Amino acid sequence: MLKIENLHARVEGKDILKGLTLAVNAGEVHAIMGPNGAGKSTLGNVLAGREGYEVTAGSVTFDGVDLLALEPEERAAAGVFLAFQYPVEIPGVNNTYFLRAALNAQRKARGEPELDSMQFLKLVREKLKVMRISDELLHRAVNEGFSGGEKKRNEIFQMAVLEPKLAILDETDSGLDIDALKQVAEGVNALRSPERSFLVVTHYQRLLDYIVPDFVHVLADGRIVESGDKSLALKLEAHGYAWVAEHGEPAGAGA
Amino acid sequence: MSQPSPSPFVASQLAAALPQSGVAWLDAARRENLDAFVAAGLPDARTEAWKYTALRALAQRSYAAGDAQARAVDPAALALPGVAGPRLVFVNGVYRADLSRADALPAGVSLQPLARALRTEAEPLRFALARRYREDGDAFARLNAALAADGAVLRVAPGAAPAQPVHLVFVGAPAEGDVAWHVRNVVELGEGAALTLVEHHLASGAQAHFATLAADFVLRDGARLRQLTVQDAAEGATLVRHTGLQLGARAAARLHVLELGGSLVRHDLRALLAGDGARLDTRGVFALRGRQHADTQMAIRHQARGTASDSVWRGVADQRARGVFRGAIVVAPGADGSDAALSNKNLLLSAQAEIDTKPELEIYADEVKAAHGATVGQLDERALFYLRSRGIPQAQARAMLTVAFCEAVLADLDLPALREHLAALLAARLPGGAA
Repeated sequence: MLKIENLHARVEGKDILKGLTLAVNAGEVHAIMGPNGAGKSTLGNVLAGREGYEVTAGSVTFDGVDLLALEPEERAAAGVFLAFQYPVEIPGVNNTYFLRAALNAQRKARGEPELDSMQFLKLVREKLKVMRISDELLHRAVNEGFSGGEKKRNEIFQMAVLEPKLAILDETDSGLDIDALKQVAEGVNALRSPERSFLVVTHYQRLLDYIVPDFVHVLADGRIVESGDKSLALKLEAHGYAWVAEHGEPAGAGA
Repeated sequence: MSQPSPSPFVASQLAAALPQSGVAWLDAARRENLDAFVAAGLPDARTEAWKYTALRALAQRSYAAGDAQARAVDPAALALPGVAGPRLVFVNGVYRADLSRADALPAGVSLQPLARALRTEAEPLRFALARRYREDGDAFARLNAALAADGAVLRVAPGAAPAQPVHLVFVGAPAEGDVAWHVRNVVELGEGAALTLVEHHLASGAQAHFATLAADFVLRDGARLRQLTVQDAAEGATLVRHTGLQLGARAAARLHVLELGGSLVRHDLRALLAGDGARLDTRGVFALRGRQHADTQMAIRHQARGTASDSVWRGVADQRARGVFRGAIVVAPGADGSDAALSNKNLLLSAQAEIDTKPELEIYADEVKAAHGATVGQLDERALFYLRSRGIPQAQARAMLTVAFCEAVLADLDLPALREHLAALLAARLPGGAA
């Protein structure tokens, strides 16, 4: 589904990703772990198409399409979703209106019929139930005045409504207490399916107790230096990232 | 030494015959104001109030006085949702009884064209109409005082509170040439009266006319005014408006101003909080594109104790448009315990657009709460990326953020049908909108 090969990327003139290679198949959950500054957030932003992230070498294909050639909105319509580390507050834009505009824009881009307000409301009610989110959040402006936990849950809720093929969770656990973390993880687990893949980017192993990955990769200095199963995360937790530097060897594709 | 010859603009206005009212004090005031206008001519950038609005191009243009023809106007175009009360309509400055609705007035409401009011009882209008404008930069106020022959005279009796908004409509319609017209409104709310008034400028076809409108509002103690201005004048129109407000004790006025149309638009809004506990809320936005130029000059004077003003203004300029906002608030000596807040935020959507904003706050009283701020910026790139990352195309995302930027202006308009209509109108005029 997602194939990243030898990806090099630069931010503000500084090389951050230096030959990252990774393959994610449908239905798999991959965790990307690594110390601060390793390039974890850069990876998510490059995949989502954020401006200012310059790809200098390598390729990313998504369902056989050159992902890097697409605009951010085209990537979304193709099925890529980035759950932001810092969701943006957008005063004056109602959450429901925003989400309906997003869903219908994606459906339109895919040649699917747009949902009218009744159909959309029905969909939203179903997803709210699964995500255990109060519908009060829907009536507010996007993320405006939301607590940290509400923002992250709103990201997962958007994911539930938009139903992407690939969800990238960029440090979704940061700033969450254990209860909020569990809620977010439950939401993510409810969305796991054989067709949907996840790239879970995190600094801490803690999140992976609740979102159990199929594969764990260690990102250091812009490359994946170690890959393994979920036990790798536990080793990292026990030994710290320095352990990888000593024992790890640059690894290839994810599996 | 001879006087420099007047500019084509001044000459064209001078060619107009002064309206003859037969009321001695009025005819004298008109003559004096016209003489003052001719003597001073149009102000230039050396006059502070006209620093950012150049009149050189206007000075070279000529406008014929008034329009003798009754132009065809589609009455359906005048309608606003939720505004079904009395209505006076002026087309190219001429009162049109056929389009107006002033026969069955609610109890306590008096509404008639100025020309008729002057014929029947001129004396109550003396205070408003006998004024001489002496300040630098008052050129258009002088011109209006000299040449405005008609307008609306609206009075609400003490304690009266008509349920329906009063609708004043000013239509610019195509004529044989470029025409000038001048309108004068006088509005008085008696003690404890309440009124909603809609001032509505619109175009029937493209028309490069020149118009001035001067309006005085007097609110007696405890009166409440809700005033909406929807300025959707013709493309190519030059429109200069003066709005004066005087608020008595505990009187409250709430203004919403939408500047959408016109080519060169200037609005001077001056408010005097004269009585203890008076309150003024202003909300306004200009949405400009092409080579539109809009200049809002707001001056609020807190004259009495415990007065409050809260001003929220937004500006959006795209392409080569230019916006100017000046918000000057004075809390005069003795106006202790007053509260003045001003927020002016502006959005530039192109590198060629320009917005100048100047908030000014002068406080001469004690225990005053005051806050003011002004910004000029661009769309938030982070928000733009967030919307796009969810699948919303760039143009639509920009339009959504631009509409959201103006949201605060209409948020507290408690006339739902009208608010919805105006929000849609505004959205359509903002970049990315339908029109």
